[in-house]
Amino acid sequence: MSKRLMSGNHALGEAAVRAGCRYYFGYPITPQNEIAEYMARRLNELDDGVFIQAESELAGINMVIGASMAGARVMTSSSSPGISLKQEGISFLCALELPAVIVNMTRGGPGLGNIAPAQSDYFQATRGGGHGDYRTIVLAPSTVQESVDLTIEAFQLADSYRIATVILGDGMLGQMMEPVEFPDGKLPKPPVKDWTITGAKGRPSRFIRSLLLDPVAEEELNWKLARKHERIAAHEVRYEGYKLEDAKMVVVAFGIAARIAKGAIKRTREEGLKVGLLRPITLWPFPHKIIRDVAKKVGHFLVYEMNTGQMVEDVQLALGGKGEVSFYGRPGGAVVTPLEMSRVISSRYYQKGLK
Amino acid sequence: MGFTKVFSRPRSLKDTPFHYCPGCGHSIIHRLVAEVIDEMGIQERTIGVPPAGCAVLAYNYFDIDMGEAPHGRGAAVATGLKRVLPDSVVFTYQGDGDIAAIGTAETIHAANRGEKITVLFINNGVYGMTGGQMAPTTILGQETTTTPGGREEGRDGFPLNLSEMLALTKGSAYIERTAVTNPKNIMRTKKAIEKALRVQMEGLGFSLVEILSPCPTNLKLRPADAWKWVEEKMVEIFPLGVIKAVKKG
Repeated sequence: MSKRLMSGNHALGEAAVRAGCRYYFGYPITPQNEIAEYMARRLNELDDGVFIQAESELAGINMVIGASMAGARVMTSSSSPGISLKQEGISFLCALELPAVIVNMTRGGPGLGNIAPAQSDYFQATRGGGHGDYRTIVLAPSTVQESVDLTIEAFQLADSYRIATVILGDGMLGQMMEPVEFPDGKLPKPPVKDWTITGAKGRPSRFIRSLLLDPVAEEELNWKLARKHERIAAHEVRYEGYKLEDAKMVVVAFGIAARIAKGAIKRTREEGLKVGLLRPITLWPFPHKIIRDVAKKVGHFLVYEMNTGQMVEDVQLALGGKGEVSFYGRPGGAVVTPLEMSRVISSRYYQKGLK
Repeated sequence: MGFTKVFSRPRSLKDTPFHYCPGCGHSIIHRLVAEVIDEMGIQERTIGVPPAGCAVLAYNYFDIDMGEAPHGRGAAVATGLKRVLPDSVVFTYQGDGDIAAIGTAETIHAANRGEKITVLFINNGVYGMTGGQMAPTTILGQETTTTPGGREEGRDGFPLNLSEMLALTKGSAYIERTAVTNPKNIMRTKKAIEKALRVQMEGLGFSLVEILSPCPTNLKLRPADAWKWVEEKMVEIFPLGVIKAVKKG
């Protein structure tokens, strides 16, 4: 395997193609245009590749629905305001149990916001986002290499559970360049899809629908989805622990914020402060259990997010009152340096009397 | 003495009674579509995309693969299906609100891309399933639950001639407007559906048949009067005939 220097957006696109994605439907929005541009070029090189620049995010996500109904591995990508527009389709994907991968390179919001990196779509991503009772798997990479690995995994998860899977990145992760390597060798084959609509040749006709006028049938679907969510929560939680063994204080952060926090922790460790990092990789399902386990030995959790405090609620929920939590947030596209973050960590460390 | 069966349910329809109101055009149009699919021998490769609206339950009637689209998004869902399965025959079945209000953008752009899909656009001038509100195709003066006193252009705007708009796109290959108000028009509608599907199968581009269809329930007319109303009032605004036909080659 040889390393290539690539931007996060380009690397994510290449990873999707390697994962067998041959259909991409999207609409331009900064800071993720390079995904669509990469897919346009790359899919046009392939005999079986299809790229469509849709007339809107609404059209794009509905093309995803059609392609997924036909059994294809399919992806769309956007950034915050565009993801809001896709929510109707994401709700339908989940109701119809159609696999698809949706990338959100989050930017500052609400409204038009700005094009700087932010994490303010955490609630939207982890609570379903659209109408109705459903979840999506949410993967949060913190490096370009991890964007590659999690994109490949996203397609596998989406197919295995027949669920929409969201990759929640941010503007910085999409734009920055890092050396990456792509797995050579064969990826696991997608599961056999015996539910697709491809023309009723040699079998009875099928239909895929989400209208269930009978409340009994709709309740049944809701419980079926809930059981699927339970299975995912039991088997698919992913997180990274860093220097947790002797930590007196643990920073909880995801995505690019976790990377900044890691740099900050290295600095504070040099000063002799026993600080660790817990980085949820799956934002849904959230790693509740490890947070509860770590709380047995740790005096304080500092949650750092690039928003005004969203994941902090999940950390509090995980602890159920059995742990002390404080929050440091920088919304609107503000990015701190590891040096600045190390000052936040050490002042909190001393304030809490952990030294 | 032996009997010969001369009329029966088309193979492409399931043995399920229609739920549509007495005098509604959907039942006739469903039957026409099924007859055409049978006669063309394409039941095994046809995929239908039903809308949100009265015809959402079309998958209970058609014995073909079907995938339900969100309200207005039929042309986008059909695009995804057709691009993955280029050898299939894909049609959407959409009402006037679905296609000419909430789904205008998806429809125009699918037509403009020349997507090889067929759209069956059922125009009855009202929102049927939600109880008779103003549609984009409600004619001036027509009373609906949201146009008390009748549609008035200064307040409610004008009826939209979507088919003529779609004919302006370079990607559309065949567009015809018909009605199901009498046997002659019904036979013309069947021919138009067949033509539109052929245009798709020949890869000429986007095809659409707009079918004027009575909604006695929401027009608050008896079936025969509703059919007459379509012929006398709607046809004036939405003239019948071929709007666009691109020649092969």
